[in-house]
Amino acid sequence: MSGNGDQTSIYNLLREDRMPHIWCSGCGLGSVLNAFLSALLKSGLPLDKVAVISGIGCTGRAAGYIKLDTFHTTHGRAIPFATGLKLANPELNVVIFSGDGDLASIGGNHLIHAARRNIDMTVICVNNFNYGMTGGQVAPTTPLNARTSTSPYGCTEIPFNLPYLVTAAGATYVARWTSMHVRRMENTFVEALLKPGFSFVEVISPCPTQYGRKNKQPTGLAQMNYYHDNSIIRHGAEPRDVGIELNSPIIVGKFVDIERPTFSENWTKIVGSKFAHEPQSKAKAVKA
Amino acid sequence: MSSNGVLTGEFFLNGDQACAEGGISAGCRFFAGYPITPATETAERMAERLPEVGGMFIQMEDEIASMAAILGSSWGGVKSMTSTSGPGFSLMMENLGLGAMLETPCVVVNIQRAGPSTGLPTLTQQGDMMQARWGSHGLYPIIALAPCSPQEIFNLTIKAFNLSEKYRTPVLVMADESVGHMTEKVVIPPPQKIKLVTRKKPTVPQGEYIPYKPDADLVPPMAIAGEGYYFHVTGLTHDERGYPDMTAEAQGKLVRRLIDKIELNKDDIIEVEEDQIEGAEVVVCSYGISARVALLAIKVARDEGIKVGMLRLITVWPFPDLKIREIAGKIKSFVVPELNNGQIALEVERCAGGAAETILVGHMGGTVHDPQVILEAIRKAAK
Repeated sequence: MSGNGDQTSIYNLLREDRMPHIWCSGCGLGSVLNAFLSALLKSGLPLDKVAVISGIGCTGRAAGYIKLDTFHTTHGRAIPFATGLKLANPELNVVIFSGDGDLASIGGNHLIHAARRNIDMTVICVNNFNYGMTGGQVAPTTPLNARTSTSPYGCTEIPFNLPYLVTAAGATYVARWTSMHVRRMENTFVEALLKPGFSFVEVISPCPTQYGRKNKQPTGLAQMNYYHDNSIIRHGAEPRDVGIELNSPIIVGKFVDIERPTFSENWTKIVGSKFAHEPQSKAKAVKA
Repeated sequence: MSSNGVLTGEFFLNGDQACAEGGISAGCRFFAGYPITPATETAERMAERLPEVGGMFIQMEDEIASMAAILGSSWGGVKSMTSTSGPGFSLMMENLGLGAMLETPCVVVNIQRAGPSTGLPTLTQQGDMMQARWGSHGLYPIIALAPCSPQEIFNLTIKAFNLSEKYRTPVLVMADESVGHMTEKVVIPPPQKIKLVTRKKPTVPQGEYIPYKPDADLVPPMAIAGEGYYFHVTGLTHDERGYPDMTAEAQGKLVRRLIDKIELNKDDIIEVEEDQIEGAEVVVCSYGISARVALLAIKVARDEGIKVGMLRLITVWPFPDLKIREIAGKIKSFVVPELNNGQIALEVERCAGGAAETILVGHMGGTVHDPQVILEAIRKAAK
């Protein structure tokens, strides 16, 4: 039973009554959302059993445009919210669709712990190197020397290499594309959706309004051209080698695709199996 | 124990453990938490017991994540709870507000310890009563219950689940270290004797469901994820469809309803215990462990011939304002012992509106009151 009629067109997966969206001209989020919804249809997953959870920020608005069970939560907390949802209702395919500031800064602790636990979820992290919604502030992904409204003389911090971070934490599927790589991104989303365990896809995406214009890429097109000219596809690249620097090549591709027992598999094996047949009658309480 | 793993019978439990059993008896099948003294025994009990009843326990990376996880699991259709103490309670405030905004049933237990900051981790206080009311930002209603014994924390945890399901709101169980670590007999009734409430589900076809369209009781039916309703929920101010609406009108309509669904149902929510208030000249108004400590002072005062009554607050939020107002017109003074510098006493004073004097018997925590101090306050109040 489904509330969505035609399940072959992404238009039926969009809340058209929410249009127009809030994203700026030249923003890459529309391409990423398009690729995600196409991938969802290709994946063959039952749409009733897909939930999308977002945090806060421009990317965080994605959940609100998707016509599925969708949750727009608090800043950085999409992953633990999704963890509870998934564990309570294991039939659900849980997708976190959020931004780099949300997932890697305020939500950074949750990101690494979900990867460590290998919770069966797909995390789509749209990385535009800054906090777009609040006016273009520095982020933990901002490259050294890049200018933002709170790094007006250039960023003085070394950014996270997100694929390396989540790989070290235990993710079983890690990939990166830019929003220019729409076909490859879509195929990767299909794989990530179908992969058991913690899947992480980083999508480098233009933010001309807040980031690009301060860093000599003043339009979405300029940023896309940059991706076109500077992306290097290197499947299987060592995650430690895919860090992003200002005005340097962006390594993209699938970096990690390994097997590791998921949280639920370990739970079932270690705990669930003890109680699978009949509830135990060993109450530790002392009878009064 | 009944066949489904839920306990029945008489047990010797501390308050933390009784709280966990109350949750299990109420149908809680998901617990997410983080270790913190003096609430840890609730989590430990849940870690052992939930698998026995087909539930799931997870220790999260912090209390922020714990609170987020129980909201998520509640939207997955499972009754959910967490327990913590002061420092963790502070971290939960952000997502407590999300719970109120999304109208998510869940139970949060605070076994209060002495603060501020790390304070006295193993020792008692009732310093978070105002935080319970106002701790998350913005305007939202809250329900908070204050147990005074292991038996009562068992009972009130069930009541907390029932209220949270009925009104679609987080409900707080505001216990204290003394009750959490006190070990007493706890009677767990057979399941058929325990009244359970479960949230209203949508009765309309999937395409016609409007997630935040309230019924006459101001509570909207709640769909859960995975049933094809394709709902959207957001912490942003939203309309009945659940869609963001950044206007003062939408804010007024939504927040007014959130507050009213609790305010207009106060008669159903508020529970107090009254003893010899009729004809009293002094009424001791207290809650939790302080109410129990006050019993000795009340007994001695009565032996001395002082007409002293007792009003024990079981529901602390929403505050029983009408009850206080009604009593204030008939007595000389309220005596309010609490393990803080005057939190509930402020509410008593406000509701008494000058009709009766309010005497705070404060205590910074670390121990309970010396009953003698409460007795002296009663004597002074009666003069």
